[in-house]
Amino acid sequence: MSSPLDILTLQPPEPAARPAPPFDVRRIRADFPILGQQVQGQPLVYLDNGATAQKPRAVIDALSHYYTDQNANVHRGVHHLSQIATDAYEAARRKVATFINAASDREIIFVRGTTEGINLIAQTFGREQIGEGDEIIITEMEHHSNIVPWWMLCREKGAKLRVIPMNDRGELCLDTYQTLFTSRTKLVSIIHISNVLGTVNPVREIVQIAHAHGVPVHIDGAQAVPHQRVDVRALGCEFYTFSGHKMFAPTGIGVLYGSETYLDTMPPYQGGGSMIQSVDFDNITYGNLPNKFEAGTPNIAGSIGLGAAIDYLNSIDFDGAAKYEANLLEYAHDVLRGVPDLKMLGTAECKVGVLSFTLSDIHPHDVGTILDQAGVAVRAGHHCAQPVMKHYDIPAATRASLSFYNTREDIDALVSGLHTVRKIFG
Amino acid sequence: MSDLRELYQQLILDHNKNPRNFRVLDPADRFAEGYNPLCGDKVEVYLQLHGDRIKDIGFQGSGCAISKASASLMTETIKGKTLGESETYFKDFQAMLTDPSSNLGLDQMGKLFAFFGVRDYPTRIKCATLSWHALRAAMDDVQTPITTER
Repeated sequence: MSSPLDILTLQPPEPAARPAPPFDVRRIRADFPILGQQVQGQPLVYLDNGATAQKPRAVIDALSHYYTDQNANVHRGVHHLSQIATDAYEAARRKVATFINAASDREIIFVRGTTEGINLIAQTFGREQIGEGDEIIITEMEHHSNIVPWWMLCREKGAKLRVIPMNDRGELCLDTYQTLFTSRTKLVSIIHISNVLGTVNPVREIVQIAHAHGVPVHIDGAQAVPHQRVDVRALGCEFYTFSGHKMFAPTGIGVLYGSETYLDTMPPYQGGGSMIQSVDFDNITYGNLPNKFEAGTPNIAGSIGLGAAIDYLNSIDFDGAAKYEANLLEYAHDVLRGVPDLKMLGTAECKVGVLSFTLSDIHPHDVGTILDQAGVAVRAGHHCAQPVMKHYDIPAATRASLSFYNTREDIDALVSGLHTVRKIFG
Repeated sequence: MSDLRELYQQLILDHNKNPRNFRVLDPADRFAEGYNPLCGDKVEVYLQLHGDRIKDIGFQGSGCAISKASASLMTETIKGKTLGESETYFKDFQAMLTDPSSNLGLDQMGKLFAFFGVRDYPTRIKCATLSWHALRAAMDDVQTPITTER
């Protein structure tokens, strides 16, 4: 009879690494079934990738394959399907570990998404390590998911948030950052790439400065993983969080990476099945990593879908894709500059394909509705980053966010839609 | 494009650009705030009453053309009406946008009929009704801000 340990060692062979063919957007688009769709009688122009990315056929098939052929609960049964499901689930964890270059798959905790990952850190590490008068450093450009969990913790503990300001181009003021550290600083929690401005923050430098003060760092990587390779060991951060659905995987699955040293000493997050070694009414022993942080039946299908998305990214020329995207961003900046009364919000030196703008005083919801009639999907609103809106003294903005499957024709459709908006609003 | 002209009629564009009764009433007998937390739109409605009649009404806030024009046209319609009549307008406006069996037309709705086209844009209905919900909260003397989300 096999022990659970044997099950874990039954690893399916990793797909052999084949050199990816050079990036070709037409071939890539064929991998995403939804992109062939019509909206309002026009070809879909999907420019809302910052909200969620579309899924390649390989991810959709992986979900279907799991439910068709493999469905069972993990880490429980001794039966055939349970072994297969467990293997697939743990294989996905190893794929994530390799994808971000974690030292071990014990450092990969599956969560619902970036938001849950950050809440996990706040509710475990935070509640244990942060007390009255302590301080947490965040930035002015955080998504609400990297503000609210810390604000709630600060309220509970009597701790304080310190905020790294940004300039009008949307770049962090690192000089000020250096001055924010005190003997009470317990954590730095920063966004890797801004979801509104596209700014790629100098996270490695930010980590080094924090470490010089002996302070651990969490990086919110939700917008980073779809656009560039992330190496958590090169970054040196203690925690890194991201969502599957923004990197072509299903919704409801995300990752908290934590260095083993930290995760080991942290208390559990939620209690329940899977996260324990033994339970009686007088004494409970918690499980080892990563199980300690995964109470209850996990999102098995989602994890497998995330693994499939990573396989997909590994199968394409990802560096070529990033280069293509950078060119497309440059093109978009150029043509949007030609739209009268358009004001671009993020103009950082180092940015990825996120284009937030205002168009004279026309409200972004009106812009969004009119663009939608042209089949162009953008985001309109405050983008869950009200402090950024406040910085620019605007209630809302329109955002077009790119992925490597977008084309110059998509950008042209956006620009043509913006001219229609101007015509209607005279 | 023709659909969009239906949504963004001249009347709506005009009230967006030059909102009527766009002011704080001080003192006000009644006041209420409305928020749409999903998009960040907000509106404040001020009422001065004479008996059960709305003697004056003002509004403040920020939002899209639909929400601003809706608030503006609402104030024009409601000024001088009784609380009961205003309640009927609230219900009719709601029905015009959300009840497929409603056959309220220009005769009953007057200028408010300009918003009939919004019913074809489900994501925008809340933009048009936010100020009306705030008005109702003011009439009911609700002290806490109301939102479009439960």
